[in-house]
Amino acid sequence: MQNTKATVRIKSGPALTRRITLSGAAATTLAALFAPGFKAALADTAAPMADTSAYPAKAFAQKTKDDTIAALFNMTATASTDISFDAPDIAENGAVVPVSITTTLPDVTAIAVLALGNPFTLAQAYQFPAGTNPAVSSRIKLAKTTDVIALVQAGGKLYSVSKNVKVTLGGCGG
Amino acid sequence: MAGSILVRASSDGTATTVQALIHHPMDSGFVKDASGKLIPAHYIQVVEFAHAGTVVLTAFWGGAVSKDPFTKFSFKGGKSGDALSISWVDNLGNKDSTTATIS
Repeated sequence: MQNTKATVRIKSGPALTRRITLSGAAATTLAALFAPGFKAALADTAAPMADTSAYPAKAFAQKTKDDTIAALFNMTATASTDISFDAPDIAENGAVVPVSITTTLPDVTAIAVLALGNPFTLAQAYQFPAGTNPAVSSRIKLAKTTDVIALVQAGGKLYSVSKNVKVTLGGCGG
Repeated sequence: MAGSILVRASSDGTATTVQALIHHPMDSGFVKDASGKLIPAHYIQVVEFAHAGTVVLTAFWGGAVSKDPFTKFSFKGGKSGDALSISWVDNLGNKDSTTATIS
């Protein structure tokens, strides 16, 4: 299972890659050589569990669009019309703003949402393994009226689409 | 934290659609309480969805994700009766996981 996770993360670009998972996989192989029972025990354990080893904490701490994109993807984004970004024109409650992203771009490995008016720009980022449809819906908080940007990483390139959302009641204590 | 995850997963034969709702305050660290004190940041950082031992979606969240976060996505494969596991960990190290059955 560690092997699977390692492949997935490597595909998502340099900033999201963690080599820790690689060394973990090597350790597993060694343990399997010396203790056959250990491998069986690993196979019995449940599916991969969430851990913070790959959490892009640096990207989440950035306060501008360019810094966030650089920290998360280490590349620049080009505008694309192949991304469908669904967010309300006017959000009455900034604490719950539904956002939905779908794209027709092939080989999508990651989708991220940036809210430029928030204290920290990056709201959320998703990693898409092969086989998962490149679409995600969720709800985010907006501190004030702002541009919201959806980023899609596909085939090693980064694409973006922007939408202005008017907020009548802020969601970050504002 | 047991029982924080509500999930509905259904397969149409070729793809599985997953809707998950996690009970969590998702405090961003910027909001003040009634007495004017800042509520410390407390939010989920990583959520992992897995089917048949393989991760189908990894979510990285900041404090700007809404309270009781909702996520909807779909992946190819998965059939009725399969297990789908969801696990999360927050910035304070709390975690929870559950296994749902695809309908």
